[in-house]
Amino acid sequence: MTAISPTDQAAARATSIVAAEAQARARLRKRHALVIGLRLAILVVFLGLWELCADYNIIDPFFFSSPSGIWEQIWSWITEGTSQGPLWLQIYVTLEETFLGFVIGAVGGIVAGIILGRNKLLADVFSIYIKIANSVPRVVLGSVFIIALGLGMASKVALAVVMVFFVVFANAFQGVREADRAMIANAQILGASPMQITTSVIIPSAMSWILASLHVSFGFALVGAVVGEFLGAKQGMGLLISTAQGAFNANGVFAAMIILAVMALVVEFIITRFENYVVKWRPAPFNEQGA
Amino acid sequence: MQLQTMAAEKLSPAAPPADAAIAIDDVTLRFVTPDGHMMTAIRDFTMTVARGEFACVVGPTGCGKSTTLNLVTGLLRPTTGNVRVMGNPVTDISRDIGFVFQADALFPWRSVIDNVAAGPLFRGTPKKEAYDKARDWIGRVGLSRFEKHYPHQLSGGMRKRAALAQTFINQPKILLMDEPFSALDMQTRTAMQDELLGLWSGLKSSVVFVTHDLEEAVALADKVYVLTAGPGTVKSVYRIDLPRPRVMADIRYDPKFIEIAKVIWSDLREEVQLGQSRGLQTGH
Repeated sequence: MTAISPTDQAAARATSIVAAEAQARARLRKRHALVIGLRLAILVVFLGLWELCADYNIIDPFFFSSPSGIWEQIWSWITEGTSQGPLWLQIYVTLEETFLGFVIGAVGGIVAGIILGRNKLLADVFSIYIKIANSVPRVVLGSVFIIALGLGMASKVALAVVMVFFVVFANAFQGVREADRAMIANAQILGASPMQITTSVIIPSAMSWILASLHVSFGFALVGAVVGEFLGAKQGMGLLISTAQGAFNANGVFAAMIILAVMALVVEFIITRFENYVVKWRPAPFNEQGA
Repeated sequence: MQLQTMAAEKLSPAAPPADAAIAIDDVTLRFVTPDGHMMTAIRDFTMTVARGEFACVVGPTGCGKSTTLNLVTGLLRPTTGNVRVMGNPVTDISRDIGFVFQADALFPWRSVIDNVAAGPLFRGTPKKEAYDKARDWIGRVGLSRFEKHYPHQLSGGMRKRAALAQTFINQPKILLMDEPFSALDMQTRTAMQDELLGLWSGLKSSVVFVTHDLEEAVALADKVYVLTAGPGTVKSVYRIDLPRPRVMADIRYDPKFIEIAKVIWSDLREEVQLGQSRGLQTGH
């Protein structure tokens, strides 16, 4: 056996490593730029084709609008306000309903999910009723809420709550059920009381499930609020859409749709930030490692 | 008797003395499976662990090795017979017990130090004291540089070290281990066995260590229980008179060790074969 001296060519190897690293970094940067560039290109091509088709009447802008028409509509809403008051007020009203519905529904869903997940008897008894309640098309409840709670905010919040509750409940329940047996036994033997097991084992391990449902259910809350406004309201983005619809104003419908999409994206971004903060203990998903 | 010169003295199972740390006396455990059949997990099982003694339990897969541990924790109740820990009948999970699991039972959302401090915190120790203690135990298992790391950032061996610290911080008088090192590679396992013996000699707990690895059992134990293929009962008990302190990396080349392992293996082999063929028949 002979040992090979590592000092040979060590310096040369070090410089070649630095060069290789720089190359790899440059490649990564290039790829990132390529992805962004392609995304922008697709957007420009899509909007350009839409605009051109509308200009040359290949599609009828009366029904399908056009990017410039939508932009003019949004701009006039921003500068002159809508028929039912300033645009900001409409956004604010809808967001408020959505948030209230989202928070009430999510908290209710989490609490109910944990209680039923921890108690086998309650779970067996109530599971059938939850299945029944879940199979009712919930948007129809909007009419019931408008009759019962009136045209104000309460009916929209109620609809958003039922939209959110079942999704979050189902996930919280599943998350609690999937909590690792060994981990629970470990906590028990380390000296945890049933309450401590719930707070320091069950809830953290159900957290990924719950957070996943929060992503989806914010969209549902928004649908609940907008549909509620659709069915009857004095303010809000949903009313703006139904007014535009009544006036055959395609620009207005599309403009309101885009504003709603932006609202949803902004909130989605905030939830993702919150999620990353809460589950910072989780390993990066495989496809993001090294990216 | 020839066996005695080989340092593996075969003992006759006797009724446990009153001062034993763990006494499982003629226990049978049956349970009804979810599809309504009666299963016997272990039958007529008698086992004694004296204070400060290191006992290993070996046996074929599915013979009820882990069941014996759950009887001691109180997570399972015997159908007949009785179980005593430190002289008292088992009613609830005792504060004297520590348990190291086969699977990773660290809490993945807690950093190493939060994991190790969990025991004292659950038991109501003030926060500062719990963390001081945790820091001390993390030092003892050599993880001081990794206090703030989360379990997924550690290797399998480091996670086991953290799990040992998490268990030992409660200074258990009874230490139960369920194939704790079976998922580790050979080198890491040897290192962890040394680590365990080091921690154990400082604490002098009474240990029940379940394993399917006979060499691990002989290397670690004062006493080895060989179980029959399920429903498990004690086939034979051996006293291992290898001197302590033992060094795991060397002991497996010690002629005395090899001699003992051979004797016990000849006993265990037929049970393993029985367990295997039965497993093939029933599909478990």
